[in-house]
Amino acid sequence: MQPTDLVDNLSKRNDIPEFAPGDTLKVHVRVIEGNRERTQMFEGVVIRRQGSGLQETYTVRKLSFGVGVERTFPVHTPIVERVEFVSRGDVRRAKLYYLRDRIGKAAKIKEKRDK
Amino acid sequence: MATKAIVGEKVGMTQVWDEDNRVVPVTVLRVSPCRVVQVKTPETDGYSAIQVTLGVKDANKLTQPEAGHFAKADVDAGRKLVELRLDDVSEYTVGQEISADILGHGEKVDVTAVSRGKGFAGAMKRHGFGGAPASHGAHRVHRKPGSVGQCATPSRVFKGKKMPGRMGNDKVTTLNLEIVKSDSEAEILLVKGSVPGARGATVIVRNAVKGA
Repeated sequence: MQPTDLVDNLSKRNDIPEFAPGDTLKVHVRVIEGNRERTQMFEGVVIRRQGSGLQETYTVRKLSFGVGVERTFPVHTPIVERVEFVSRGDVRRAKLYYLRDRIGKAAKIKEKRDK
Repeated sequence: MATKAIVGEKVGMTQVWDEDNRVVPVTVLRVSPCRVVQVKTPETDGYSAIQVTLGVKDANKLTQPEAGHFAKADVDAGRKLVELRLDDVSEYTVGQEISADILGHGEKVDVTAVSRGKGFAGAMKRHGFGGAPASHGAHRVHRKPGSVGQCATPSRVFKGKKMPGRMGNDKVTTLNLEIVKSDSEAEILLVKGSVPGARGATVIVRNAVKGA
């Protein structure tokens, strides 16, 4: 409970699924080109989730033509149209920065299966 | 001087998204309606101002002078009396309520409050002095103010020399802040950027006296 909740709750979104570092997401981002709006998809692994409340952000990493690309989104930002949950990852760390030094099979995250 | 003003309480800082989906840092002010207790005019008081009160105060806890002052104005007693200096007070009458909707979206305002006290602060923090080097032979002087004056002439330290001392707890005004949102129903005012004072501090919001 924050003192500024009365303002924060107006901008908070409740359509964002639960996810944690290691999970794979498809983030549908609104892009404005001139006066036309379209949706762009950014699919990758969540390597970080930090902050709390309205200020909380997460970082998604993907490989694009062999180059690592990371994008950080505020959880409650209106530019994200929707967040699609793809799979849960089996990881032991909250910040997956080690993925930056790995390529190929070593950078793959095992999927977590419920027993 | 300002033409309109209102009293609020600082709640804290957060962020909102504007219509272009950009993040705007805002300070949340709670502005419950203020009741005018007294109108001061140049004829009667030598200057123009309105005295307002906000909140509620238990009638048993009022001193007799306070009770008499509120009774004379026929206004419910509030927990604080604040005087707002204004250009023109002819539109105000005793008993009138002022709410957040006197200030609208996009309007520029000046915000006044008592800043947070920092206690006894050194010259670096209090006056922005450079301090001394961290190394190269510097010994126990890293945050000291350095020389405070000359030698035989004038053989004294000038008055007003910037030195360590009590910092903060001063009346501070931040000019030309923008109103992001004004909601008289929720009794909330969002001001872009930071404003002086601690959370819970009483702040005075007036329309900007300088700038556009």
